[in-house]
Amino acid sequence: MLVVDVLAGGVRGGTAIMFAALGETLAERAGVVNLGTEGCMLVGALGGYAVAAETGSPWLSLLAGALAGALLGLVHAAAVLWRGADQFATGLTLMFLGLGLTSLFGAAYVGSPAPGFDPVPVPVLGDLPIVGEILFRHDPVTYLSFAVAPLLWFFLGRTRTGLLVRTAGERADVLHAHGHSPALVRAAAVVAGAGLAGLGGAQLSTAYAHAWFEGMTAGRGFIAVALVIFAAWRPLWVMAGSYLFGAALALAPALQARGHALNQFALDALPFVVTLVILAILGRRTLRAAPEELRRVFAR
Amino acid sequence: MRTIFAGAALTALAVLSTLTTAACSANTAGTAAPAVSGGAAPGKDSPAVGFVFVGPKDDYGYNQAAYQGSQEVAKVFPQLKVITAENVPEDDNAARVMNSMIAKGARIIFATSYGHLDAALKVAAEHPDVVVVQQGNLITGTTPPNAGTFFGTVYEPVYLAGIAAGKATKTGKLGYVYAFPISQTIDNIDAFELGARSVNPTVKTYAVSTSSWCDPAKQAEAAANLLKQGVDVITQHQDCTATVIKATEAAGAMTVGYHADASGIAPKGWLTGSQWNWGPLYSDIVRTALAGTFTGSKYNANFRVGYKTGDNPFVQSPYGPGVDEETKKLVDAAKEKLRNSSPFAGPVRDQDGKVRVPEGTTPDYETIEKIDYFVEGVVGSLPKS
Repeated sequence: MLVVDVLAGGVRGGTAIMFAALGETLAERAGVVNLGTEGCMLVGALGGYAVAAETGSPWLSLLAGALAGALLGLVHAAAVLWRGADQFATGLTLMFLGLGLTSLFGAAYVGSPAPGFDPVPVPVLGDLPIVGEILFRHDPVTYLSFAVAPLLWFFLGRTRTGLLVRTAGERADVLHAHGHSPALVRAAAVVAGAGLAGLGGAQLSTAYAHAWFEGMTAGRGFIAVALVIFAAWRPLWVMAGSYLFGAALALAPALQARGHALNQFALDALPFVVTLVILAILGRRTLRAAPEELRRVFAR
Repeated sequence: MRTIFAGAALTALAVLSTLTTAACSANTAGTAAPAVSGGAAPGKDSPAVGFVFVGPKDDYGYNQAAYQGSQEVAKVFPQLKVITAENVPEDDNAARVMNSMIAKGARIIFATSYGHLDAALKVAAEHPDVVVVQQGNLITGTTPPNAGTFFGTVYEPVYLAGIAAGKATKTGKLGYVYAFPISQTIDNIDAFELGARSVNPTVKTYAVSTSSWCDPAKQAEAAANLLKQGVDVITQHQDCTATVIKATEAAGAMTVGYHADASGIAPKGWLTGSQWNWGPLYSDIVRTALAGTFTGSKYNANFRVGYKTGDNPFVQSPYGPGVDEETKKLVDAAKEKLRNSSPFAGPVRDQDGKVRVPEGTTPDYETIEKIDYFVEGVVGSLPKS
């Protein structure tokens, strides 16, 4: 059934975006925007693929992808929080840095074989009609990813450390008054968030595409940043939004594989049209949901 | 978002390529090309030969194959200096790179990308003593005495691979993942289906485009959907091929390759495929030019080589374990038949059942390179512009 296939494709293709968008949620809830998410995903995708190729271990590749993303995030944190650089300019530069570095060092891994994650249907659950097909016939990394959004929701809303992160994003001076360093909390959030983006990149190269190619994220990092805004900085909405976007991406091949006569170029544009329309509909409403410290950045 | 990214990426690429070309053409500074030696035949006794590639020499695809061809020329003609340049953009920079090669003594130039044609013709006009040949495009109008284009008939081995696919499929559904709807990809998709139909009249080819020469994530989704539809043999036409092959192999389906022998990543499902072998053709062009007999030769034109005319530089890849003797015999017989026919020999009908090539006629290479319709049995549609 077309709808089921498109939704299954949404989960398959939306997972990398979800990792990145949840990472961005973490950073923005602490009050920092990282427009370099695309770059973090790229270094994660290459780092993960390269380590898989060199060591033969897909699990190690996830760790490497997260580390690579986190390292690039550290550059952002250092520039923005320590040197006080403009976060938008720095983020964009970071994207180019990621693109350039991975094009340069990635050439050796284009077309080189590496082990990855193949789909493993979950026993029993995978046999369920519709739900099984959409959720439980994927690779192990996708199953793991199901837990990330609820965990982040729990962390931000129900733990003391999560409260520190939120306070850094809402009232940095209060955090300061309580003897904590807002900069340190933010730096930790940015680095961890970039690590999640790197993990998303590694999922893309080792579990989804089983290949590395320069620029292979193809704008997914930017979509992730937009998603965070239209999901109003809430992890569970981010999860749903990622799958929605993944489904929009999956629609073109799903329709074509069934021989439906639709203009492929129009289909390719669809995910971006969807994003724009939702952002425009939500308009200022999203801004009211923004973390206080972030709102100053956005609405200045 | 996409456009921001694409724009940004393009800018980055433009900067990169300018840097590369700047590095290449730095050598030309101040050196004028050697003067025409009193009416000598173009390319005669050239001490060097230049090769211009649009991409990196290790892309596991088109450019790597062309590079390997250039290295075979170096082996066949040890006295020749072989000069190569990678990542040469398809604009006026290409002419500058070619001029720098001429300054280094090359009087035979291979411009190996489709979009290098304009620059190649410009260089040919400026240097009547230099042979400039271009790979894959067509010269319209009069051909200068020192220029030409050449290419293989890529769709012929694809047609043969289609026969193997048509015999191997159990579901009667073949998949074709391709980059863009241009004549080269359309020819291949059509030839694949025509080959498969010749042995399996009800077989269908499901075509899915990814709108990119290499977007592994989109390829993954395309392969997943084709497999879900019951397609059990997948082939493709794009620059990077690993994603689709791995997904197909993981699903226990069969693969027909393109560009390179990828049986290593599909040990179970590999059927056959098509791959480049430019060495012999490059060497023969060089031999003709060195002898001073280029002008008026078959290469001083839009030269197309297929099974009909000689050694096709696009050859069949080795068979995998799933191809039986009967299929191999069918392929051999078809190959023999192509020596005086074409995959597009009439009657060929399009998707609407309209006869496009009447019975008893065989279109020439140029007509085939302008085909803009899917044949009967292909499922999918071309975007109307």
